[in-house]
Amino acid sequence: MNKLGQTPSQTVGPYFAYGLTPEQYKFDHKSLATPVLLDANKNTQDLIILRGKVYDLHGEAVDDAMIEIWQVDQKGEFQTKPHQGFFSIGRMGTGTIEGNWFEFTTCIPAAEKPGQAPTIHMIVFMRGLLSHVYTRVYFEEFKELNQEDPYLKLVAEERRNTLITKKVQDSPVKIYEFNLHMQGEKETVFFDY
Amino acid sequence: MKPSSGPIFDLESVAPLDHDLTKNGIKNGEPLGERIVVSGRVLNENGQPIKNTLIEVWQANAAGRYVHKRDQHDAPLDPNFFGAGRCVTNEEGIFKFYTIKPGAYPWGNHPNAWRPNHIHFSVFGPNIGTRLVTQMYFPGDPLLDYDPIYLAVPEKARQRLISTFDLSLTEEGFALGYQFDIVLRGHHSTPFENE
Repeated sequence: MNKLGQTPSQTVGPYFAYGLTPEQYKFDHKSLATPVLLDANKNTQDLIILRGKVYDLHGEAVDDAMIEIWQVDQKGEFQTKPHQGFFSIGRMGTGTIEGNWFEFTTCIPAAEKPGQAPTIHMIVFMRGLLSHVYTRVYFEEFKELNQEDPYLKLVAEERRNTLITKKVQDSPVKIYEFNLHMQGEKETVFFDY
Repeated sequence: MKPSSGPIFDLESVAPLDHDLTKNGIKNGEPLGERIVVSGRVLNENGQPIKNTLIEVWQANAAGRYVHKRDQHDAPLDPNFFGAGRCVTNEEGIFKFYTIKPGAYPWGNHPNAWRPNHIHFSVFGPNIGTRLVTQMYFPGDPLLDYDPIYLAVPEKARQRLISTFDLSLTEEGFALGYQFDIVLRGHHSTPFENE
C-alpha cells in the first residue's frame, strides 16, 4: 500500500509566544502546556527545578527559542491528562526570564524501562531551525544507570557530558542546570526520534 | 525510545471559542479582513485518522501584523483580532478553524523579503515522534516562489504545505473554505527529508 507523504516541518519562527506560551508572555489566553509539570501544592518532596539556556554558535543565549519537555513521573507513568497533579509535558519560551533562561518545575522521572536511566526528553523549537530537534536529559547522580543506558551508550563517550544535567543547588529546592549548545565545539547531542 | 502515548487533550482543555479566531479576540467589534474556514484531517501515513489530538494555530492579522510584542512591522494591529487558537480533532481526525485570512508581511531575511500568507500549525499526534510544527500556505500565492522558508522543503513535498480552496467548505455569505490535511510520521518511520 502506498503511504501518504508526510507534511513537512516548518520553523516555529520568532512569533510563537501568543499562540503556544501565551500565559508566560502575559497574553490574555490560557496556556495548555506550561513550565510547571509538578503541582507544588500537592507534592514538594519530589520537586526539582530544571533550568538552562540555549546557546547559539556565537555563545549568545537565544531569547526566542521554545523548549518542550516530555517525561514520565516519579513512578514511571506518562501522565497524559492535564490538571491532575502532574502533567508529562512542559513548555516554555526563553524570552521572559532575564538572561534568557528556561525553567521547569518538575520531578526526577523514574526510568522508563528496566536497564534505562531516568531521562527527560527535550525538544527545541527555534527560529532558523526548519525542524525541531530532540535531545535527552540525564542526571549526574545516576552514574551506574547512566553507564548502562542503551541510548546514552549510542553516544561517543567524550560527548555524553552534553546530555548530563548537574545539580547546582541542593536546598531549599533542588536546581539542575542543563544548557543546550546548538552548534560549535560544545554542540549538544541531538537524537533522531 | 519515546513516551509511547502523547497528551490527551479533551473538550475540557479547549475553550468554546478557541477554534474561532474571528470571535476569540473581539473587544468592541468584528475583526477586519476576509473571513475563512480552514478544515482538514490529521492522518498517519497509512491514511488512518488521528483523533483527539491538539492543534494550535497562530498567525498575522489581515494587515500582516502579529500581536507578538516583538513584531515591529508598520501595519496596524486589529483590536478585535488576537490571531491564535486551537482545537482537538474529532473521531474522524477532522479539525476546523474559523479565522481571518492573514496578510503578507516584510521580514529582514534579504532585500525586499516578504513572507507569503501563512498560518502556523502545531500538532501533537500520538507520541513524541509525531510532534509537528509547520506552516500552511494559500494556493496561487506569488510570494511562495521567493520564500526561503517554503523553498527549504524538498520540491516534491512543497505542495503538501499549500491548502486547497474548497467550495464545499465555503459557507455561503460568510467565509471562504480552505482544506488542509496533515500527515504525521509513523512510529520509527523515515524522516520526511529522505522520502
